[in-house]
Amino acid sequence: MPLIEAKEIAKIYRLGDIEVCALCAVSVSIARGEFIAIMGPSGSGKSTFMNILGCLDKPSSGRYSIEGVDVARLTRDDLAMIRNKKIGFVFQGFNLLSRTSALENVELPMLYDGLPARERREKAAAALAKVGLSGRENHHPNQLSGGQQQRVAIARALVNDAPIILADEPTGNLDTKTSAEIMELFVRLNAESNITVILVTHEHDIAAYSKRVIRFLDGKVVSDAPARDL
Amino acid sequence: MINIPSTIKISLRSIRVNKMRSALTMLGIIIGVGAVITMLAVGTGARQKIEEQIASMGSNLLIVLPGATTAGGVRMGAGTQSTLSMGDAEAIQKECPAVLYVAPVLGGVAQVVYGNQNWSTGITGTTPGIFEIRDWRFSEGRPFTDDDVRSASKVCLLGQIVVDNLFGSINPVGQIVRIKNVPFTVIGVLERKGQSATGQDQDDAIFIPVTTAQKKLFGTAFPGMVRIISVKAKSADDLSSAEKQITELLRQRHRIGPKQDDDFSVRNLTQMMQAAEQSARVMGWLLGSVASVSLLVGGIGIMNIMLVSVTERTREIGIRMAVGAKTWDIRLQFLIEALILSLIGGIFGIILGISGSQLLSMMADWPTIVSPLSILLAFSFSGIVGIFFGYYPAMKASRLDPIEALRYE
Repeated sequence: MPLIEAKEIAKIYRLGDIEVCALCAVSVSIARGEFIAIMGPSGSGKSTFMNILGCLDKPSSGRYSIEGVDVARLTRDDLAMIRNKKIGFVFQGFNLLSRTSALENVELPMLYDGLPARERREKAAAALAKVGLSGRENHHPNQLSGGQQQRVAIARALVNDAPIILADEPTGNLDTKTSAEIMELFVRLNAESNITVILVTHEHDIAAYSKRVIRFLDGKVVSDAPARDL
Repeated sequence: MINIPSTIKISLRSIRVNKMRSALTMLGIIIGVGAVITMLAVGTGARQKIEEQIASMGSNLLIVLPGATTAGGVRMGAGTQSTLSMGDAEAIQKECPAVLYVAPVLGGVAQVVYGNQNWSTGITGTTPGIFEIRDWRFSEGRPFTDDDVRSASKVCLLGQIVVDNLFGSINPVGQIVRIKNVPFTVIGVLERKGQSATGQDQDDAIFIPVTTAQKKLFGTAFPGMVRIISVKAKSADDLSSAEKQITELLRQRHRIGPKQDDDFSVRNLTQMMQAAEQSARVMGWLLGSVASVSLLVGGIGIMNIMLVSVTERTREIGIRMAVGAKTWDIRLQFLIEALILSLIGGIFGIILGISGSQLLSMMADWPTIVSPLSILLAFSFSGIVGIFFGYYPAMKASRLDPIEALRYE
């Protein structure tokens, strides 16, 4: 059974009388442990696809399932639970809570999982250590560099042992050297912890870290091939 | 699962970050709760004071006063005519079934001398019934009797103030005092009673048999004249029938025709007390409306600030939703924040209310009592306001679309 299974999923927006097809009959199957880059120009539907993969949105039609669970029938709170347990998000703009320490930012997903405070603190510290930020637990986001902030975000994505990390242009705000460090972190997590990494990018050197590249254009998948074919 | 302690921590942090804003938001609640506490303190204080006064004056009390005299068309005011007599008092006692006790009173101010001490005070000539009517006990000695009244004995009873001023630490019972140079034997001392409803010190008084007052101390327009007649009705329900019976009886006795005005008047003291209580209640309601308007405005202020807060923190809400916050996690976070705001406002309001009540007592000399119940009531009021006005912003926050919220700049 694939980890993620999208069959003929479509997302249609209505703008007055016109129906806009943001995503048209996309079928993708992703197995555990894959490292996938999603590419495509803006407006190609890759963000919509990522939102659906991340259970932030539901498809208008088609079937989308994670670990065999059909998302279509789930409520808002069920989706929140799936995001909490199965998916870690990493954003271009980091999206950390300001005026909140790195440790507390990483604790956030466990807060909504109902873990006791002590366990939360221990697991969050371990996750920060895993991304190389030991000793920075009490720094606030504005005291950290961009690369460090993104590492905090990755630690937050890891902390609930989610099998999937969704990264939306994770290096978009970082310089080349830091970008490479972050990408190496993803590669390591993918290799060592068998975490499925799906990232959106439009840079070829970033996509080159992945094992499989899916290209979008006008709401459709135009190519789906191993990365070495780039 | 919702994590309450962490949610409280998050709320406290956001209140701390926006100190000034939070303080201004709380202002309405502070004033509202303060007004609630003060209102209840004024109401309770007034009621208690009035109850004390009624208790000290005696309950179910009626007073019969002579009517006004008219001299050349000028009416002189109630009590100036000399129309009441000992016979009237005896007739009321005998013929009015709703009446329990009657005491005719004739008095005046006179100088009292004991040894080398002197003191001017009110002398009340009356019958033993007065002590039943005013529910007054003796700390020493005994009251005078009906026999003393019949024989116009020269005996007297002293109030505590008179004892303090004339005797100091000497036991006055058995001693002789001179009132207007007439020697009187002190046979008893009355218990301390404090101020009356009108602010007079009730303990500054001497009681003697009414007949002795008529014959030995004060001149009367006709033999057996009295100044007022105090009456105690059998119960509160009997007050109005007693009033009616007395009026009918006296009109008959004074031969007043159907078209003529009464030459006396009957006053109901309990009713006067109740009127005073009523005005305290009106004051209370006035403060109460200030309180409710202020709580309403305070609540709207909280709603306003919470709506601003939700908008400002849209992105934070998006992040929380992305990492798995459920509808009630978000809703509760903002609800608790509104609740904490209003409860902190409530605590400051309680402090304001208590100090306001004390200030009122000190400056305006109003009796105020802050009861624990009123504090509890005001505190829960502020909580209810917080939840009521915090619910809409909290609901709005929890219904945000996570994608839109994450994209919000």
